Amino acid sequence: MMNNAVEIRGLVVVRGGRPVLDSLDLTIDRGTVTGLLGPSGCGKSTLMRSLVGVQELRSGSVTIDGTEAGSKELRHRIGYVTQAPSVYTDLTVRENLVFFARVLGADTGTVDRAIERVDLADHADQVVARLSGGQLSRASLAVALLGTPDVLVLDEPTVGLDPVLRRELWTLFHSLADDGAAVFVSSHVMDEAERCDRLLLMRQGQIIADDSPSQILANTRTDDMESAFLALVDAAAEGSAA
Amino acid sequence: MNIRILLAVTVRVLTQLRRDRRTAAMLLVLPCVLITLLWWMFRDMPGSLFDRFGPGLLAIFPFIVMFLVTSVTTLRERSSGTLERLLAMPMGKLDFLGGYALAFGLVATVQAALAVTLSTGPLGLSVSGSVWLLGLVAVADAVLGTALGLFVSAFAQTEFQAVQFMPLFVIPQILLCGLFVPRPALPGVLHALSDVLPLSYATDAMQGLVSSTSTGEVWRDLAIVTGFALAALAGGAATLRRRTP
Repeated sequence: MMNNAVEIRGLVVVRGGRPVLDSLDLTIDRGTVTGLLGPSGCGKSTLMRSLVGVQELRSGSVTIDGTEAGSKELRHRIGYVTQAPSVYTDLTVRENLVFFARVLGADTGTVDRAIERVDLADHADQVVARLSGGQLSRASLAVALLGTPDVLVLDEPTVGLDPVLRRELWTLFHSLADDGAAVFVSSHVMDEAERCDRLLLMRQGQIIADDSPSQILANTRTDDMESAFLALVDAAAEGSAA
Repeated sequence: MNIRILLAVTVRVLTQLRRDRRTAAMLLVLPCVLITLLWWMFRDMPGSLFDRFGPGLLAIFPFIVMFLVTSVTTLRERSSGTLERLLAMPMGKLDFLGGYALAFGLVATVQAALAVTLSTGPLGLSVSGSVWLLGLVAVADAVLGTALGLFVSAFAQTEFQAVQFMPLFVIPQILLCGLFVPRPALPGVLHALSDVLPLSYATDAMQGLVSSTSTGEVWRDLAIVTGFALAALAGGAATLRRRTP
């Protein structure tokens, strides 16, 4: 089996006349949790949308197992969580999942399993509009777990969640990766970085670091990701000034 | 097109509607209330004015209601991110639009059955042609409203804008459909304009059914209304983009 699930070559995305991603090259492997960390507005969501195939590209290519991202044959294999929770607020958690499972052609057993995995069993029959913010984003995450996706693209799935739950979800991401999925998770919270196998730091559409979290800290001689990020930005500024 | 996915959309839309009791009640009851109001207005007037205006309103109400409901619902689907999520899944554009059209078409059938039964029964609207055909025309109008609503929702960024499309797309059609001034009596330009507006044919069909037993023209009008609805659905499909900037 090919290890590079996702391959991005020379990706350029322009939004509102401004390049958001400028000739980006990247591969994402199976069996690992790859984190994408960077400030809000740096292009994380655009990159994730490109992977799923809903982003208009200016040039370059995004392929998954050699097939163009967004192709029909890939669409039932990708679990995608959009940044804003995208579920129907006037339906219950279960009704939402049953609907998306039908669209995916997944069996109904997968619905209960997804509900269990995001720890919403007690709220399964509650209308989504009455859930808390954290429960709402978990309901949205559950949709991405339906079926057996082998590429998971999760745009800030843990924002605003209770630390205990966040830990459980990261454990879940790792177990999905252990089963062979490529898990790609974005966050703007620097302290989530250490939970990834591989970490990409992103700023202004550029990947400024790509390594394991411990290696990034070692390379920048810092103790936390926030300082590492700043050190990298400063080094880049000096580099371009020189 | 995938029937499983199309039906999944239909079931979901109907479930949402069942949850939203107020909207469901308004969809079914409001046309009846308005038609009763019209009947009451004309009750003490000489001549059979209800027979003149009733059929037109039977065509217009399902059209307006479905236009509004659909344009707002699909806009909500676009802005909440659920549409993007669906288009990242194996969802075809026609599955999505067809699912909506079927769901609202079913609601329209119930709505038309109630409005037609009320008008031809207790309110005494005299129909020369087939009452069934009258119901069928009402359903076609509702599907037309749904299709146009789906189409225009692509051009609105907010629900507020979507609602504003009603005066733009719907009111001119009501004014020119022959309800106020018979279409042949309109000034030339307006008559020509009314010829390309779908609601004119819906109203013609209704009035034809009330005044005469011959159904040839009614079927032709019905075919034209259906053609407009299909064209609007195709236009809606063209505006649904899997990849967005």
